[in-house]
This record gives sequence, C-alpha cells and structure tokens, in this order.
Amino acid sequence: MPIQETDVRWVSRPKMGLAERLYLPAIVQGLGTTVKHMFRPKVTQQFPEERPQLPPNYRGVHRLNRDEQGRVKCVACYMCSTACPARCIDIVAAPAPPDWQKDGREKYPEMFVIDELRCIYCGMCEQACPCDAIELTSLFDLTGLSREEMMFDKEKLLSVFDQTASAGKDPIRTRAGKLSCASEPAN
Amino acid sequence: MHDFQLWPTILTIVIVFGAIQVLAAFLVYVERKVCAYMQMRIGPNRVGPAGLLQSVADGLKFLLKEESLPGQADKVIFILAPCIALTTAMLSFAVVPFGATDNPDAADYAGKYQFMIAPGIDIGILFIFAVSSLAVYGIILGGWASNNKYSLLGGLRSSAQIISYEIPLGLSILGVVLMTGSLNLERIIWRQAEQGILGWNIWYQPLAFLLFMISAFAECNRLPFDLPETEQELVGGYHTEYNAFKLLFFFLGEYTHMVTTSFLMVILFWGGWHFPGIASTESFPLLKLIVFAGKVTVMILFYMFIRWTIPRFRFDQLMGLAWKVLIPLALVNLVMVMVVKEFWPQQLWLLLPASVAALIGAAALTAAPEPRRAVVR
Repeated sequence: MPIQETDVRWVSRPKMGLAERLYLPAIVQGLGTTVKHMFRPKVTQQFPEERPQLPPNYRGVHRLNRDEQGRVKCVACYMCSTACPARCIDIVAAPAPPDWQKDGREKYPEMFVIDELRCIYCGMCEQACPCDAIELTSLFDLTGLSREEMMFDKEKLLSVFDQTASAGKDPIRTRAGKLSCASEPAN
Repeated sequence: MHDFQLWPTILTIVIVFGAIQVLAAFLVYVERKVCAYMQMRIGPNRVGPAGLLQSVADGLKFLLKEESLPGQADKVIFILAPCIALTTAMLSFAVVPFGATDNPDAADYAGKYQFMIAPGIDIGILFIFAVSSLAVYGIILGGWASNNKYSLLGGLRSSAQIISYEIPLGLSILGVVLMTGSLNLERIIWRQAEQGILGWNIWYQPLAFLLFMISAFAECNRLPFDLPETEQELVGGYHTEYNAFKLLFFFLGEYTHMVTTSFLMVILFWGGWHFPGIASTESFPLLKLIVFAGKVTVMILFYMFIRWTIPRFRFDQLMGLAWKVLIPLALVNLVMVMVVKEFWPQQLWLLLPASVAALIGAAALTAAPEPRRAVVR
C-alpha cells in the first residue's frame, strides 16, 4: 500500500536560539560532561587480578559429574551428542563394569571427548542430559597451545568437576535422586 | 640584537630537541590517560609505575618494527615526507621562547642568556608561520607518494584544510601584533608582563584567542578537525601506507606542532612567563620557566579535553567554519583593534566588550530563517 498524503507529517527543525547559535555554551556544556566523567569511579576490571562476577547461569567449560562413589555419572546415552548443534561431543559407549551393573548401570562411556574449540557453549547438552551428568561451569578462560590440547577427554572433564564442584561457584545442579531416572532399574 | 654564542646555542638546541621528543612521547601517554579517565576507564597502567613507561614501550615498538616500502610508492618522496613533517615542526620551535626572556629593548639584553634557541629575532611570528605551514608538504607528499587513493584523498583534504585555516590563524594574531607593535615574541611577552595581569592580551583579544585556538586545532589536525585521517572514510588518511619509524615521525611532528601552538597561545594571549604574585619581570628565571611550563601544560590538557569531547566535523562544515565564520570574524577583530588603537589609544579595554559584541553579533547574523520545507505534491 503506498503512503497516503495524509500519513505524511512534515516536521521542521526546531529553531535555534542565540545561545545555541553561539555554539560556545554547548561546547562548554560538553566539556563539563566529559570533565565530570573524569572524576567518576572507574568501571575497568583489571582482568587477571580481578575476576569478573559471572552470573550463576554462565555457560563455560563443560564438566562430567561424578556420582557418590566417584564414578562417572554419564550413562552413554548419546543424547548430548545428538542434541549438540556443533557436533563437538564424541562418545564411545561400553558395557559398564560388573560391580557397576549391580547399581543398575548398563552402559558407561569408555571414551567421552568434547572439542572445546568447536563447542559454541549453547548448553543444549546440559539440557538434553537425562541424568545430569554433563554440566557447564563458569570457567571461561581456557587456553591451550594446540588444537589437540583443547580436545577434552573424560579424565580432563572429570578433573574439571573435581576442580569446580567443591569451589562453591558451580554447585552440582542435580535434582534427581541417588541415581538419575535413566539409570534406575526397570521394575 | 642578541650576541650569537656558539656553545650555549648548541646546548640549548640539544636540550630543547631532547625535551620535545620526550615530551611528545609522554603526551601520547597523557592523551591516552585523559581519554581513559573521560570514558571512566583506567588507561595504560601495565608498563612501569602507573603505566609511565608506556611511551617507551610504544617508541621501542616503532623502532623494532619492520620497515616496509610499498611497491607502488615513489620511494624517495615516500621517505622524505615524514622527514619534512618532523623537521618543519621542530624548526618552528627555534624562535619560540620556552622560559624566561628579557626585554629586548634593555641595554644589557645582548649579553644575557635567553631561554630560546634563536633570541632577538624581530620576525619571530612570521618565521613560525612561514615554517610551520610548510608542514603541509609532509602530509601532501606523504599522501601523494604512497600512490594509494585513500592516502591521496587524505593528503588533498589536509592541504585544503591547512591552507584555509592558515588565514584565520594569521589574521587573528595581527591584532596582538598591532597592539604590541612588534613581531618579536620576547617583546610581546615583555609588554604583557610589564602591565601585570590586566596587560595580558586575552583581556583585549578574547575573540582573537578563540579564533587562533580553533585554527590551531585545525592546523595540528587535532580531533574536531582531523579530517585528513578519518578512519571511517579514508582508512588511515595520508599515513595509511606508513609504518614503523616513518609513522613515528609523523606522530612526533603532530605532537611537536601541538606543543608549539600551545606555547604560542600562552605567549600571545596569556602573558608568557608572567603570573601575578609568582613571576613578574624581576623574578628569578627558573620561576618564570615553571610558570611558563604550567601554563603550557594547561593549554595542552585543554587540547586533549577538546579532543575527547567534540565529535569530528563534516568536510563542508569544516570549510564553512573557516571561510564563513573565522575569516570574517578575524577581519572584524583586526578592524576593531585598528580603530581603537587609532582613536582611543588610552581606552584599550574597549576591545573586550567590542570582541564579545562581535561574537554575539556574528551569532545573531546567522539568524537567517531555515528554508521552509516545501510539500511536494
């Protein structure tokens, strides 16, 4: 639909007074603003010394949670790697060791690798996980010297858990019971 | 005429050149700090205490970088351009008094040491203007020799800008020259110092000071007028192709220019080394030096405040400001000084209200109504 003549509203520029046409008062006013800012408290965060206060739902490096007995909680259901839009999770499942099977664990991840360089930190693996085994922590400053180094395997991810779970910043967000729903024995 | 003594002169040159180079490097640090504080940041604070060695690190970075010559460039002129920029900026400082100076008319003047590389030059201001306007050659040649469209456009803009602003710059100080009756900078300071704080030219020439300051900003390519190097339009302007030491030369030239114009503003309008209660004509030279340095520091800081406060002009606005506002106002100011000097030589204070009236009058004259926007049917 074309614009009607009645829809057009003509606006003229506001008239400038003498003080505005002098321009100097406006410049002085601007200088006042900037000079005032010089004495305001600084907002700079001096990073390596001062750590940022991240929100609790910050999505940083992943970790693989452990259960009460220190075993990896993951049941190798592949739901995280299926949900992953970046396809950065690589899991190889294997039958759980015999003593794990007593607790109803059938499978466990023999290999669990996340490519931290490929990951987009969307947190969909965390949402997909049926047994709260994978979680994103608030660690954000991960660095490495090679691409291989940034492929985090199971041990590395478990060590992230050991490092963060007790630190208080990233409590285990598990809401399920002793074992998660997916690993409960069917009866 | 001042006696020429070889060794004191050489010593002065060495000290002044060293001091200016260090000062220019240090000003980069101050500039960054001022900018940071205005933006509520902290600014450089990693190299040395409070980041004071940042300039040294920057200088070393410039030194250690790879020197590169673009293949399409005119090699000789490409290298010559930054040298011209720095040399002319340095050369104009030769006749600028930077500390205590004496009355050039006094009997014992010839034997005394003056804080100035070439004392007793009767065409001081003329020399400064002649040499410092050569600095535009550095920029134009740099832009031309780079053989790059952005560089050339930057150089073109710069030449248009500097030639335009040269006129109000020169016209605005004519009033001061008329009032003193001399082009000699020492004499200009002495005349002001003799009469105390009320003798400072700023009380008689506020309009001229304003015009001079605006033109000086433009001459130094400082921010409200840094059209030659607008990043959005021209990449890096005339120094797009420059790197390492040659780029450093351009920067040094620019900052030296800034220091020189700050000195000129203090000398021409703010009484030079004179300050009531601290430094009068009889005071100890060191005291005068300190007062002078203090005033110049205030001026340089003002430069920086302006830089981080006012956004850049559009190019047609820049030209409009020079030709439609500054030049007519400078001419009006000149006529006012001539009339008052001729008819009321004892009532020089008349120039203060007259200047204010001229400024307000100029603003009132722009009251031409905005063209009504016609409704096209």
